[in-house]
Amino acid sequence: MLKKIVFLIFVTCFACFNIVFAAESGGMPQLNPEFWISQIFWLIITFGILFIVLTKVILPKISDNLETRKSQILENIETADKQKEASQKKIDEYEKIILDSKLKAKSYFNEAREKILDDINKKRAALEKDLDEEVDEVEKELSDLKNKSGEKINKIAAETSAELIKELIGEEVNSSSIAAIVEDQSKINKERKDV
Amino acid sequence: MASNPMYQFNVYRIGPEIKLGSVDISFTNASLFMVISSLAILIIFNLGAKKKTLIPDKLQLLSELSYSFVAKMISDTAGSKAKPYFSFIFSLFMFVLFCNMFGMIPYAFTVTSHIIVTFVLAAFIFVGVTIIGFMKHGLGYLKLFVPSGVPMVLLPLIVVIEIISYLSRPISLSVRLFANMMAGHTMMKVFGGFVISLGIVGGWLPLSFSVALTGLEILVAFLQAYVFAILTCIYLNDALNLHH
Repeated sequence: MLKKIVFLIFVTCFACFNIVFAAESGGMPQLNPEFWISQIFWLIITFGILFIVLTKVILPKISDNLETRKSQILENIETADKQKEASQKKIDEYEKIILDSKLKAKSYFNEAREKILDDINKKRAALEKDLDEEVDEVEKELSDLKNKSGEKINKIAAETSAELIKELIGEEVNSSSIAAIVEDQSKINKERKDV
Repeated sequence: MASNPMYQFNVYRIGPEIKLGSVDISFTNASLFMVISSLAILIIFNLGAKKKTLIPDKLQLLSELSYSFVAKMISDTAGSKAKPYFSFIFSLFMFVLFCNMFGMIPYAFTVTSHIIVTFVLAAFIFVGVTIIGFMKHGLGYLKLFVPSGVPMVLLPLIVVIEIISYLSRPISLSVRLFANMMAGHTMMKVFGGFVISLGIVGGWLPLSFSVALTGLEILVAFLQAYVFAILTCIYLNDALNLHH
């Protein structure tokens, strides 16, 4: 292995020397002035043509291309922005409509509720009034009845007491005096009851 | 001589000899690859710029990304004043990049591995930047050599150093690109030669090195083009925004 490597290095060095010497003997073709003028001449021609064609024809086209692309992209961005704005406006409008309709719905609901409540109240009031009237009527009737019953009782009492007296005594007594007595008596009774 | 790692940098004539007066301007393999690189750039970017769709296809995306990449590079290093020079720096970056990348194809010629090509480019940039500087600031451009906040005693020395560093810009710029490309390609050739000379037994190590080097060289090819362009931007920035 080691032998091989040493051999390789040796061969490499040999080849290197060989080549370097060969180069030395040949010299650098670059420093040979034989074709210098020709090279300068053709360099000026080719580079000159290249420069002129690039400057006059090709580069303006490329820069035009780049410019148009730039402006087009800017335009597109502008349009996109505008459309975005418009869509934002539409969204706002839509939201406003939704909000309005919500409010309207609420107000409708409230109105309906109030109406119904009103209705209920009215009906209840009417009903209560009816009931009150009826109660009043009944009460009135009752009180009438009460009042009348007192008088009637007195009358009945006076009549019965007049008949009783007639049976007992056998003679007619003045009915008005009996009525007065009965009245007195019922007053006394009433007072007793009240007390 | 095919095993010579420098052989790949030889320039030879393709077709007939063309002479302009007494000067030889024949079409060479170097010229061929300059033409191929330029044509490739023009075809790719023309196809990329042709369609004007909102959503780009692959070539269009490539050309637009390159455009914005270079534009960002310039605006980051040289500011907004450098905008008029965008197309020059774009062409420069693309030319160097494509020459470097075409050089990575086996048996291809690397244009930028020749000092004369890179030096002409760098010298043109240097002269251009100097002219722009003097045109923008007049003689005030010379303030570039006088940094603010330096003690008077040191000033003569600093000014000399600044002038030397300014004058060596084209050399450093051109040698950086040329040396990187030449060294990389030479190294790849050397390791490729090892694969052959060590044969089936020992050739695997240099072969794996070769594979790794290819990846590295592609990275270097891009990086050197980027460095070349960004240094141009920095020099331009010195000339445009004088704030030393």
